Amino acid sequence: MSGIPIGLGYLSVSFTFGIMAVGTGLYWWQATIISMLTVTSAGQLAGIGTMIHPGLYMEMLISQITINIRYSFMSISIGQKADSKFKGIYRWILGFMMTDEIFGVASSRKSVSRSFFAGLCVFPYLGWALGTLVGALLGEVLPGSLLSALGIALYAMFIAIVVPEMEKSKPVIVVVLIAIIMSCGFKYLPILQGVSTGIAITICGVVAALVGAVLFPIEEAES
Amino acid sequence: MTGASFWIYLAILAGTTYLVRVIPFVAIKNKIENKYVQSFLYYIPYAVLSAMTIPAVFYSTDTRLGAVAGAVVAVIFALKKKSLTVVAVAACVMVYVVEMIL
Repeated sequence: MSGIPIGLGYLSVSFTFGIMAVGTGLYWWQATIISMLTVTSAGQLAGIGTMIHPGLYMEMLISQITINIRYSFMSISIGQKADSKFKGIYRWILGFMMTDEIFGVASSRKSVSRSFFAGLCVFPYLGWALGTLVGALLGEVLPGSLLSALGIALYAMFIAIVVPEMEKSKPVIVVVLIAIIMSCGFKYLPILQGVSTGIAITICGVVAALVGAVLFPIEEAES
Repeated sequence: MTGASFWIYLAILAGTTYLVRVIPFVAIKNKIENKYVQSFLYYIPYAVLSAMTIPAVFYSTDTRLGAVAGAVVAVIFALKKKSLTVVAVAACVMVYVVEMIL
């Protein structure tokens, strides 16, 4: 069930990606293939920005690693929650779908099974691929008011994950506040505005969690 | 864009994204015992999600007022321990209604 709102949210985001990709000169099928093989918003947007220029392969490599390095931390975190059957080939296959949102939902569980994770991935994958296809083919077809309202779906889910944990744990409140203050810094301080969103989120997340781990280490394995 | 260049770019884009996700997922099999590392991994979801949400949520819809209203509704529903789906739908409805009125 949790996969459905993610899928809906992805529809509108990937729809926008589809429109933008065709706008930069890609064919509709190229935009769709990129989405089907990558499934990441910030990375894909940066990717098509690089693709406009010929021959920047090394730049593509470095920018993709820095923008996406947050997924490594997410994979380690989910790996700790994976149950005993969720290993080997299942990790090779399902790890492909470690997105911010799927991570968010999976991390709200005490234990993550391979069937839960696989089920969680279906609608987001379909939403991401279809949204891109439709966006690239048809441009602006959905009424703007509906797209606008769907835009908040993903963030509402994040709020639904973080807020209950803040109620339970004071250290989480501190960690969240640090992350928010830093994230606003990257958005509003002119000196930091050049940093790409993916990198900024990684820095905010890692620093806030590090501070939390040093100040409030957890004695019992409660996570 | 045509030709080999697209496929090379695609291979780099999709390949690095995949490997960055999967290598740590597959390589780290054992439960981590160190309490600082454990704590870090416990805090990282909330830290990352918070950083992704604020301030981006306020720019996620057409109007700032709609987005703020939707975010407030999301927090209220989250405090009432509603499911992810319910919180998401409530926020979307709120945004839709507010932007209709505006």
